Amino acid sequence: MSAALLIDFGSTYTKLRAVDLAARRVIGSGQGPSTVATDVRVGMRAALADLERRAPKLPRFRYRLASSSAAGGLRMVTIGLVRELTAEAARQAALGAGAKLVGTFAYRLTASDLERIAQLAPDIILLAGGTDGGNMEVVLHNAAALAASAIDCPIVFAGNRAAADDARRLLAAKTLACTGNVMPEFNQLDIEPARAAIRQVFIERIVHAKGIDRAAAEFDSVLMPTPAAVLEGARLLADGLPGVRGLGALLVVDPGGATTDVHSVAAGEPAPGVIPQGLPEPRVKRTVEGDLGMRHNAAAIAEAAGLQAIAADAGLAPARAAALLAQLGADVGRLPANAEETAFDQALARAAVRLAVRRHCGTIETLYTTTGPVTVQRGKDLSRIDAVIGTGGALVASPDPRAVLRMALADATEPLALKPRSPRLLLDREYLLYACGLLQSVEPQAALELALEHLVALDQELVDERTGQG
Amino acid sequence: MTASGQRTIVTGVIGSDTHIVGNRILTMALEAAGYKVVALGALTPAVDFVRAAVETRADAILVSSLYGQGELDCRGFRDLCTEAGLEGVLLYVGGNLVVGKRSWEETEQTYLAMGFDRAAPPGTRAEAVLEWLGLDLAQR
Repeated sequence: MSAALLIDFGSTYTKLRAVDLAARRVIGSGQGPSTVATDVRVGMRAALADLERRAPKLPRFRYRLASSSAAGGLRMVTIGLVRELTAEAARQAALGAGAKLVGTFAYRLTASDLERIAQLAPDIILLAGGTDGGNMEVVLHNAAALAASAIDCPIVFAGNRAAADDARRLLAAKTLACTGNVMPEFNQLDIEPARAAIRQVFIERIVHAKGIDRAAAEFDSVLMPTPAAVLEGARLLADGLPGVRGLGALLVVDPGGATTDVHSVAAGEPAPGVIPQGLPEPRVKRTVEGDLGMRHNAAAIAEAAGLQAIAADAGLAPARAAALLAQLGADVGRLPANAEETAFDQALARAAVRLAVRRHCGTIETLYTTTGPVTVQRGKDLSRIDAVIGTGGALVASPDPRAVLRMALADATEPLALKPRSPRLLLDREYLLYACGLLQSVEPQAALELALEHLVALDQELVDERTGQG
Repeated sequence: MTASGQRTIVTGVIGSDTHIVGNRILTMALEAAGYKVVALGALTPAVDFVRAAVETRADAILVSSLYGQGELDCRGFRDLCTEAGLEGVLLYVGGNLVVGKRSWEETEQTYLAMGFDRAAPPGTRAEAVLEWLGLDLAQR
């Protein structure tokens, strides 16, 4: 049997998936605590022992690939020139690389900005600014400022190409990687080179810096941050491979404990006659809602959605909902222990998904001009995508994941949001998206078919409606 | 100016104005004359001209307005540039710049007072704009 072991060094758990590559089958799953803070091997061994308990007689693994979001994830600071342009492009590149953005800066860095960056202690800084041949002064000012500071993390330069040589000279004493400009021409996004450079630094330096390589005997390589693995999995599922059809344009939503991640793989171009405005959006896009987390940020979900509305959705009295919310704040590891708590969790997840997907999707607006009304679009039009995939513990544990995922759909109360109208609703019940993202680097076809076979369809009626059958 | 010495020009139609044809002709003429053009197209808010000029280190911004609201849309344009650190940037405006009956001299004065370096009346040919640019950029 040809088998692979896929490892996720997470922030709470070390998770394993053992898969049979030929049979496209999950052999077993295992879970241990996350022990990166002390010794990553402890959690890894516990997870392996758990896996062996569930799946005795494990085969020899041909691949043992890992992703990591442990030790705070890949903490990044991004720097650009104009906030809406290169600073935004840098932000998109870092998010697409699976980073946890801890700070974003624009224009000239001030002394207090540098102090703030030092405090944030990022793992990597992404330095952008200027289109190719455009403004060089600001990105070079920022390079010189970083050079003169005590900040010693690796820096990825993805700014004006004409400034790259000078930046290299200025930053000679730092660890530096130079890559293509995140915005080579005005309003043209090119984040793939920066993503690849960030990933390379992650593999070469961050894995070691975080002590994950202490478990090196148990795996072949740590390939990428876990969110990047999920994004790669989503990309493969959407696009498919020659001979294996993918799902088409899709969106992945992951309501987690601290944040809600949304990934989309879709061009998101405007419908005919609609005029796009603002920066073009990456086809493979990730957003992270830092204020929407099922545990660490449950109070923030309630603030954003309204506790009254969440209580009503859960069928609870507002006072009771407030008490449950306080309880979650005090005990972030808590799992629902009764029907009331389950209903409250469900309502929180529904609110998080609704808000996170709305923020991820673009919007349309009608402008009235002297030649008549025109419709303009900001962000991505995801109204016609083919699939919405739910992943993560909150959805898998939900008694009604379909009701949670339906919150990702367009609804009449938000007519200007370009949310999906009639996609298939799918659940990543086995938590295979990250595994698929890792596996696609070595066995893309097995990765794709494994994921396709294990996604659970939640909403056949919608599909029938869309295809005119049923 | 880019590293190769090419001058960069930002063009666009300001405000809720969809009249793109003249602006496009101008953009093509500028490109043919060897300028690097960042064409923002129709329906461009004032602030987007400025952002684009900052990021591309533009030498000049050419604003078109055809629908009569230009005076409102262009108010404070020079201040926006100054605010964004574009003190020396060359600013031109052209098109149907006002509604109603006002002499061109009066209209031109209005825009020059707003901080534009040149104002082009309706019917100005692309060649005239290229000539202005040649003269004005040579002094910078």
